[in-house]
Amino acid sequence: MEMTLRAFITAIHGMLFGLFFLLAIYGVVVELCRSVYAKRPSDLTARGYSMERLYLICMVVLGWAAVLSGAYIVYPWYRAIPPAGIASLIRYPQALLKSSPTTAGWHNLGMEWKEHIAWFAPIAMTMVAYVLTKYRRAMRAHPQIRTAVVVFALVAFGAAGVAGFFGGMLNKHAPVKGGHTIHLMGESR
Amino acid sequence: MNSLSPQREDTLPNGPAGAAILSAGIGCCVLGILAVLADASKSVAGFLTWYRPTGPLSGVTSAAILIWLASWFLLARRWRTKTIAIGKINATAFLLLALGILLTFPPFADLLQGK
Repeated sequence: MEMTLRAFITAIHGMLFGLFFLLAIYGVVVELCRSVYAKRPSDLTARGYSMERLYLICMVVLGWAAVLSGAYIVYPWYRAIPPAGIASLIRYPQALLKSSPTTAGWHNLGMEWKEHIAWFAPIAMTMVAYVLTKYRRAMRAHPQIRTAVVVFALVAFGAAGVAGFFGGMLNKHAPVKGGHTIHLMGESR
Repeated sequence: MNSLSPQREDTLPNGPAGAAILSAGIGCCVLGILAVLADASKSVAGFLTWYRPTGPLSGVTSAAILIWLASWFLLARRWRTKTIAIGKINATAFLLLALGILLTFPPFADLLQGK
């Protein structure tokens, strides 16, 4: 079982950073929605608050790692311009997608939207993490702040979902390939 | 925070939260505006190409992040101990966020550019 270095790094970008960021946002959204209907605010031990803060920090780090690795490592491979007269576009995903009207939409809508909307998620969740940390026990006294946090967290979830969906579909139709081959397990050729 | 009593936490001014919420809206909106401008104008796209392999996306996102962080810093300093009209701040932030989402949506951006 083998994969190329570029495919491996793309998998880390999408399946490690991106997917776990999406799951972490989901956890925050569920907790925020639960807290709206709670009779009493949850009162954690000092260690509980530390763990909660660690969760929020890890979530924010995952979000920024996802967009930065996407924009500065994977995206340059995706948008590389093929040399003139090249026979196969297999190593040039953007050019490959745009070469056919049946796949051009994955770039024109998918990548064009994903490359920008994805950044909304870490911006929004950095704000959410800051507010939740600073106002965690005072949130019931500030219902409008909680409303804003819920709205931004939901938008971040949607933005990360759009980015994840199109990322997956783009990689399905025109996978990022190239670089050294990494041998994962089994017999190597 | 752990050493603060619940009563004292309940009287926290809402200024710092308002600064964080409004600046997040500003950052998202600026990102949308810059994305449309870079798509519409080759000179803007060239100006925003801060890292050639990534193209204009590097400048669009980096400039938006800088503006987001700068606005957060300035607003947080201004509202550090103040209680502000958070309802209006929320409404403005939601409007900016919605505008940002709309501007990053390619069919809407194309419509604006008459494509």
